[in-house]
Amino acid sequence: MRSSDSSAQAAFAKAADYLERRPLVSNHRPLSWITQHVCQIVEERAPKWWWILTITFGAMATLVPAMLTYLVSTGVGVWGLNVPVCWAWDITNFVFWIGIGHAGTLISAILFLTRQKWRTSINRSAEAMTIFAVICAGIFPAFHVGRVWMAWFLAPVPNANAIWQNFRSPLLWDVFAVSTYFTVSLIFWYLGLIPDLASLRDRATTRLRQMAYGLLALGWRGSNRHWTHYEKTYLILAGISTPLVLSVHSVVSFDFATSIVPGWHTTIFPPYFVAGAIFGGFAMVLTLLIPFREIYKLHDLVTDKHIDNMCKIILLTGSLVGYAYSMEFFIAWYSGNPFEIYAFTNRAFGPYWWAYWAMITCNVAAPQLFWFKFCRQNPWVVLAIVMFPNTGMWFERFVIIVTSIHRDFLPSSWGYFSPTWVDITLFIGTIGLFNFLFLLFVRFLPIINMFEVKGITPQADPHAEDHSTSSNHSTHSDPSLSTRVHA
Amino acid sequence: MNHPAKTLFGLGAEFPSAAALLEAAKKIYAHGFKKWDVYSPFPIHGMDHAMGFKRSRVSLFSLIGGFTGLTTGFVLIYYTSALNYPLIVQGKPYFALEPSLPIFFELTILLTAFGTILGLLLLTLLPRLHHPVFNWDRFQRATDDGFFLVLEVADPKFDPTASRLLLQGIGGTHITEIYQDPEEDPHPVRAEGVA
Repeated sequence: MRSSDSSAQAAFAKAADYLERRPLVSNHRPLSWITQHVCQIVEERAPKWWWILTITFGAMATLVPAMLTYLVSTGVGVWGLNVPVCWAWDITNFVFWIGIGHAGTLISAILFLTRQKWRTSINRSAEAMTIFAVICAGIFPAFHVGRVWMAWFLAPVPNANAIWQNFRSPLLWDVFAVSTYFTVSLIFWYLGLIPDLASLRDRATTRLRQMAYGLLALGWRGSNRHWTHYEKTYLILAGISTPLVLSVHSVVSFDFATSIVPGWHTTIFPPYFVAGAIFGGFAMVLTLLIPFREIYKLHDLVTDKHIDNMCKIILLTGSLVGYAYSMEFFIAWYSGNPFEIYAFTNRAFGPYWWAYWAMITCNVAAPQLFWFKFCRQNPWVVLAIVMFPNTGMWFERFVIIVTSIHRDFLPSSWGYFSPTWVDITLFIGTIGLFNFLFLLFVRFLPIINMFEVKGITPQADPHAEDHSTSSNHSTHSDPSLSTRVHA
Repeated sequence: MNHPAKTLFGLGAEFPSAAALLEAAKKIYAHGFKKWDVYSPFPIHGMDHAMGFKRSRVSLFSLIGGFTGLTTGFVLIYYTSALNYPLIVQGKPYFALEPSLPIFFELTILLTAFGTILGLLLLTLLPRLHHPVFNWDRFQRATDDGFFLVLEVADPKFDPTASRLLLQGIGGTHITEIYQDPEEDPHPVRAEGVA
């Protein structure tokens, strides 16, 4: 009897050990360690690799103004798009970048509302990535309008023609959605930065740093009379950003879904685009975070558990995207509409078959590796796998946009789109710009949200002693508080 | 420390942990102090309750912002499409709810965000680049790992000796007199701007 008790106890202990949540900051790091470790990245002399990378990507980024100048001075014909493919690389790149921008706000807003405390180590860099991705995205539609000096016609201001914007057009909705998304993301990011900028201000050793960070920190002093409003503000911004992040890519998908083009005109587009955006966004978060985690030894803050969680989100959203691909085919067949059926057969087996199967390989097949624990545990394997979604999501947009319109209703006007060197160089330029901005961010702002990470450590929990002194949690006035130690 | 030219702002004490600061705050609140504050590197759970705060009013600003955004969206679309220059596009009505919803939604969100941030700045009186507590040399750690409580002279319950003993009694260390700079108003009115 006794022996079976002890073996049951051992089994129970094993199960309890297995079920116990790992702390989100490893090795019981003290609060000052977090400040020191994160601030030092900004405070130390810029390392040599930083200069090399920043100059390289900065040089790449100059391709953007160079190509745009060439485009504007020569004419839109330098891009490869032409009837019937009037939306090509530019819109592909726009949707690609705006999609990447979705992970940041998802992490900062949706994971905040759902109390996923592991978000705190990654939200800062993901939000920064969002903002830089939206900057890259905005370039393309602005120049796609053709006469970019008239892009201000998109804004509802009175003009000499006395004609107003067409509010019935999804393209105008897109203008409002993307600009709102950029503005709100920027506000949200800056709000989160304020207490950390104050940390940098208080550690500043030069007058310039003190002034710069001091101005940006708005005189933040950690007062609880401020924290009470601050936390409410953060909650409200998270609350409004949640529908916002879901709406932005939905509105982007309306650009296609409200048309009558077979392959675009589908009701599945909004959720399908949102799932794809989260999928591609998380892949990009991991792409950026894994190298910096290694370089700056952030393993105690961005733990293996964080990477594991993000891999699982990629697996989930990748499978959703795969479901959407197959559902499009099913509906095309089920509709009985020959144009619809042709659009999808042409996608998979037509002249752009290579793009379609690249998309399937990268977005549907590759993430399935994340079913295996080994693939989620080794950061270099993760990094290798997420390069597939990064590529695949570009192909997805290319497939949707170009294959749907290159063979329209009149076979005599069918065409085949090929990009010109200007298309390619401009896209490479935006990759440079994105990385350049991210490197500047790493250098000048804290890449980990210090105050939020401190807030989820065991020592930040004012009720921690209640757990050790009384085994009975129900003595506490608020039992939900007892869950705060482990996130 | 002796600052004859400066006026006393308050008495500061340091506490070893978030839990200690929370306990201290409960006691200060029980003593009936009104002008006092705690400073910590992160928001401490339960502190608002311990200090007797009611719900933050930021949400009121959000609500006002949201309604303003929705109204702006409606007025903008209705005025431009149906009143000022009605134009038939693809045979669609001049104004209809369905195509207007995305714009309504986005403008509501945008102005809610503006309202919320404005509310935060108004309620916290930020930006305010200098404050007497920054004159305390230990205070730099408030954004690192320090937990501080400051009782202000302006509080009617404040007494230099009794308050010091009180802070000692509740476990405060490094109890320090904090001075404000000459001509610095510790409680500026918003319109007087940034100190």
